[in-house]
Amino acid sequence: MTDTPTSAPENLPAGPGTTPEPIQRGERTGMFGATRGADTTGYGGLRSPILFPGAAVRPYGGDFDAVADALEARVSPEAFVRTVIDRGEMTVVVNREHLPAVARALRDDPDLRFEMCLSVSGVNYPADVGSELHVVYHLMSITHGCRRLRLEVTCPDADPHVPSVVATYPAADWHERETWDMFGIIFDGHPSLTRILMPDDWPGHPQRKDYPLGGIPVEYKGGSVPPPDQRRSYN
Amino acid sequence: MTTDSSMSTDSTVFTATTDDPDTADVYAASGDHAEGRVFNAVGGDWDDIVGDVGSLPEERIVVNMGPQHPSTHGVLRLILELEGETVTEARAGIGYLHTGIEKNMEFRTWTQGVTFCTRMDYVMPLFTETAYCLAVEKLLGITDDIPERASAIRVLMMELNRITSHLVCMGTGGMEMGATTVMTIGFRERERILSIFEMISGLRMNHAYIRPGGVAQDLPAGAIQAIREIIPDLRKGFHELELLMNENPILKGRMVGVGYLDLTGCIALGVTGPMLRSAGLPHDLRKSAPYCGYENYSFEIPTRSGADAYDRLRNRIDEMWQSLAIVEQVIDVLQGRAGPVMVADKKIAWPAQLAIGSDGMGNSLAHIKEIMGTSMESLIHHFKLVTEGFRVPPGQAYVAVESPKGELGCHLVSDGGTRPFRAHFREPSFNNLQAVAALCEGAQVADVIVAVASIDPVMGGVDR
Repeated sequence: MTDTPTSAPENLPAGPGTTPEPIQRGERTGMFGATRGADTTGYGGLRSPILFPGAAVRPYGGDFDAVADALEARVSPEAFVRTVIDRGEMTVVVNREHLPAVARALRDDPDLRFEMCLSVSGVNYPADVGSELHVVYHLMSITHGCRRLRLEVTCPDADPHVPSVVATYPAADWHERETWDMFGIIFDGHPSLTRILMPDDWPGHPQRKDYPLGGIPVEYKGGSVPPPDQRRSYN
Repeated sequence: MTTDSSMSTDSTVFTATTDDPDTADVYAASGDHAEGRVFNAVGGDWDDIVGDVGSLPEERIVVNMGPQHPSTHGVLRLILELEGETVTEARAGIGYLHTGIEKNMEFRTWTQGVTFCTRMDYVMPLFTETAYCLAVEKLLGITDDIPERASAIRVLMMELNRITSHLVCMGTGGMEMGATTVMTIGFRERERILSIFEMISGLRMNHAYIRPGGVAQDLPAGAIQAIREIIPDLRKGFHELELLMNENPILKGRMVGVGYLDLTGCIALGVTGPMLRSAGLPHDLRKSAPYCGYENYSFEIPTRSGADAYDRLRNRIDEMWQSLAIVEQVIDVLQGRAGPVMVADKKIAWPAQLAIGSDGMGNSLAHIKEIMGTSMESLIHHFKLVTEGFRVPPGQAYVAVESPKGELGCHLVSDGGTRPFRAHFREPSFNNLQAVAALCEGAQVADVIVAVASIDPVMGGVDR
């Protein structure tokens, strides 16, 4: 019996590059999520980063390694930005110029065979400078027992172009139109990229975080309920 | 405006009502345009328009069916190019019911999100709620902590909801073909289940009953007995529907071979649900990727190979029987055991408890007594959780459930706040409506109605 700490491997700090490094997208201030008004709590100076799950480190576990192996064998390595394994879901982030090739490989390779593109959705991260707009594709492989994969590409606000995957996944047609409508992301090569939910002459793209929101006038001395993003809230 | 038929070649005949700026069509007023003659069917005598269109030298006309047309399931707009009675091109125009639910959810707490998303597809609200709650739970990492009883209640509610959704699909679909009795039977049976929903959740639709962490409250006393009592009636009703439809020569004449979409087409267009199963693929997330404990119940996936409107109808009827079988298994599970219906973690679980008082349902007196009378900490806890909500660690999740219309997915992104950073729903109606062109082109106008009804789109879900 000694007082020296045991050196069992599970007690040692992880070596560099062996655990996922989180990605910071913005930061929170204060402790209680209030963003408006003077913070009298004394915690106003607190700053905490918003950390999203980062690039996973091999082995990914489960089926994920087999998917990654098959994909990396089919597509050139510069296509990949990172692979995130989080909450039991695999997200492959690819460079946008390689998206059509990756999508084609995912659909056609017998080891991948993600034959269905179920959903395309946009996400606007204003704090992610240089890649504010993300497009997320949810793919499913019925052949391999409902295996799922999330494909993600990013583009900057200044150049909101992403190649369309409609040629590979016709199902993405309306979903890409919706993403254009809501986020202003232009899908190059889409057969008819028009607004789908908003009226044809609508200005702006409502799901973007910088889209101005309306307040509600109330019949009391010209008062109004402020827009939701300007109300006092704890977020 | 005159209805004299001698005026029918005059281009001003149908503009009388549209001269009024309030009713004028901003896109195409009546009269001659570069693209051709425009007729607006706004009031007046239908025979005039028919006679007028008939006087045109060419057969090809473009008809705007909708957005307000009784057989388009709400505000679906179909743009049909017709060559006589044949549809040469069909396109769907949507967005007339867009209410920005996804954007609204970004300004409400995670729990309040249920109240919004339940209003998307109002015919299957409990599926949207479940998909959303499963996604929140996945983000929180508490998927395995959901009490069994809560999952069983979710299954019970979803399967009852699947029956009501299919009944609406069949009822309205039958009505559109002129079969009023199908509609009255369908809605009569649906009513039985809605009264169960009302008993359990307090509401017939837009329940907000399934909450992140479990369900809003346990089944009230007598609910299981009430379900047991309606099951024989439902059986009788289903059988009546089967007798009325399955071998009905008129119905088969309208539906067999109509709205054909084979397996390749379904996969390419991302079509799931009864449409995919009518093309022969037994794909059902309840079997292939079970959630809420579906692996504990025995049921079958009805599959047919005709890939047409008739086989979809038959699949739906069979699925209702299967759902009823699941309901019977679930109520046996629920009857035997009591237990919590909300996750044990008090930092997430909804603090308020409801109870029936002399003046109806409200906060339970025991709970009010605790927070107002005995424990200041309970009051703070209640207040913080109800007004501010819980925080969800940053990240994204996608969860899909098998809804009556196909895969209903929920993609949620959290930035660590008390509200969703982004909520997106993969609505099966939205996706499946893309198949309209494939289903309708080359068919007759009357087939369009049958084909669209076989998709079972609900515009609340399509437009969100």
